[in-house]
Amino acid sequence: MTTSVLDPTNERTPAHRTRAQRITSLQGATIGLLDISKPRGDVFLDTIHSLLEQRGAHVLRFTKPTFTKPAPVDLRHEISTTCDAVIEALAD
Amino acid sequence: MADNRPQLPNGFVAFVKKDCPTCELVVPVLEQLAELEILSAVFTQDDISFPELPVTSDDTSLEISFFHEVETVPTLMKIQNGIEVDRIVGWSQDQWEAFVGVNDLGPDGIRPYSPGCGSLSVDPDLQGQLQKKYGSGMTSREIAFASAEDEFEAMYDRGWSDGLPLIPPTVERVSAMLAGTNREPEEVLALVPPNLVDLTVEKVAINAVMAGCKPEYLPVVIAALEAACTDQFNMHGLLATTMPVGPILFVNGPIRKSIGMNSGMNLLGQGNRPNSTIGRAIQLTIRNVGGGRPGEVDRATHGSPAKYGLCFAEDEEGSPWPSYAQDQGFSPEQNTVTIFPGEGPRVIVDQLSRSPDELARSLAIGIIGNVHPKLVMAFDAILVIGPEHASRFVEAGWTKEKVNEEIINHTIRETDELVRGADGIGEGLPEVFAGSTLPKLRPDGGLIILYGGGEAGLFSATIGGWISGDKGSLYQTREITL
Repeated sequence: MTTSVLDPTNERTPAHRTRAQRITSLQGATIGLLDISKPRGDVFLDTIHSLLEQRGAHVLRFTKPTFTKPAPVDLRHEISTTCDAVIEALAD
Repeated sequence: MADNRPQLPNGFVAFVKKDCPTCELVVPVLEQLAELEILSAVFTQDDISFPELPVTSDDTSLEISFFHEVETVPTLMKIQNGIEVDRIVGWSQDQWEAFVGVNDLGPDGIRPYSPGCGSLSVDPDLQGQLQKKYGSGMTSREIAFASAEDEFEAMYDRGWSDGLPLIPPTVERVSAMLAGTNREPEEVLALVPPNLVDLTVEKVAINAVMAGCKPEYLPVVIAALEAACTDQFNMHGLLATTMPVGPILFVNGPIRKSIGMNSGMNLLGQGNRPNSTIGRAIQLTIRNVGGGRPGEVDRATHGSPAKYGLCFAEDEEGSPWPSYAQDQGFSPEQNTVTIFPGEGPRVIVDQLSRSPDELARSLAIGIIGNVHPKLVMAFDAILVIGPEHASRFVEAGWTKEKVNEEIINHTIRETDELVRGADGIGEGLPEVFAGSTLPKLRPDGGLIILYGGGEAGLFSATIGGWISGDKGSLYQTREITL
């Protein structure tokens, strides 16, 4: 006998998004550094910060309130409107 | 339902079935009303020749009874302009006479009162089929398995399972599940993480069927999911963390007994249907609707068997103290579910302490081991005190508040012993905390004490939490409503 069941999933199909244009040069670019608030993430980002500046990039620093939650929408908006690229630091 | 209901003729309309002594009883009355030309139709549910009247109409498909929500036969409705204005059910001579405005209904000596029978359209054995046939109000896609397919294997293949077999969520079973709540199938309860999609009552019911729940458990599942999908509980973080934590549930109130939950022997273990399936329904919903799967957003390093779903009840009847829900301001009549971000349970054995102070120290040192002995204040805990341990406190007159306070006080340690590098162990608190003292658990809600377990055994059980508060997850209590 054929059984038919109800779909237990959300039935959504994933949206396809095109990736943002990759930057070709650091010279004059604004790079965001996002600290997710894990221990020692700042140590890693401080090093990246100075290396980026040596290569002519302008660096902006951002911090997520906690690593356990997704970044707040306002923070994501701020990064996307002020930076050409972003580097997110995991940590420990 | 109003839009697609079959229309009824104006006048009086009756619903009957032959297999109902009251319907047999009122046949002469129906004949009388038909002769008076005020009876427009008699819808018969089980035998087209019953009653033998020109106005008898076939409703053996039960479509008209279903759509007009007939629950009892006989039902007599008054229809004006195609709309039902009133109905009476069963047989009461006085009531029928007043309803139709005719005196002396029925032959002399007719029994004046007979309560009637259940309508076939609400027969529990037929409900699922009728819901499916005439519109269940459900919108989920139906997936048909091929005749040669094993439906259990097919569900595994589609990735719906946590690893254990699932009950196939047929329309009939999901309809029956939805009868467990007064909420509409399309009601959106929350945005379920990690994909933050609408969580409808219908999707919860489908996953609850698969988990093995009975309809009467559904209100608990719904309340727990509403609590899980809050920013405070942070289910997204609980999934994404590498730590072995998941939503741990405990239930308070009369519903524990009415649905048959276990709060005694082996309450944290296997063998009881609601304990075993309610937590599983939460996890399956988050997996299938939210998209939270191990190895994807769920990044647990080791995980835990508790992540199949851990749900239990507090033993309120056995407890010498008010229940957890009462401590939170709920009345004993209110049903609640509390959702806690936690690991699997672990026993704390103490078979020798006789004084309450000794035992409080013992339980404290047991809890200190949660997560790591040198990490403090960031992780809450549940302590399920067994009856034999509780009696040590009760004999000494200790309230639950005192037990809680004493245990936390006994977890206080010199932070010099807890900082990074202390005791030759790299893990620990940052150096800035040195030179002070700290308890393992935050004093304002860091320890939940529950009463439960079998009568024998000088044991308690602890469930270690994940990062608590705004930085992580804050446990939540919700009232369970139908």
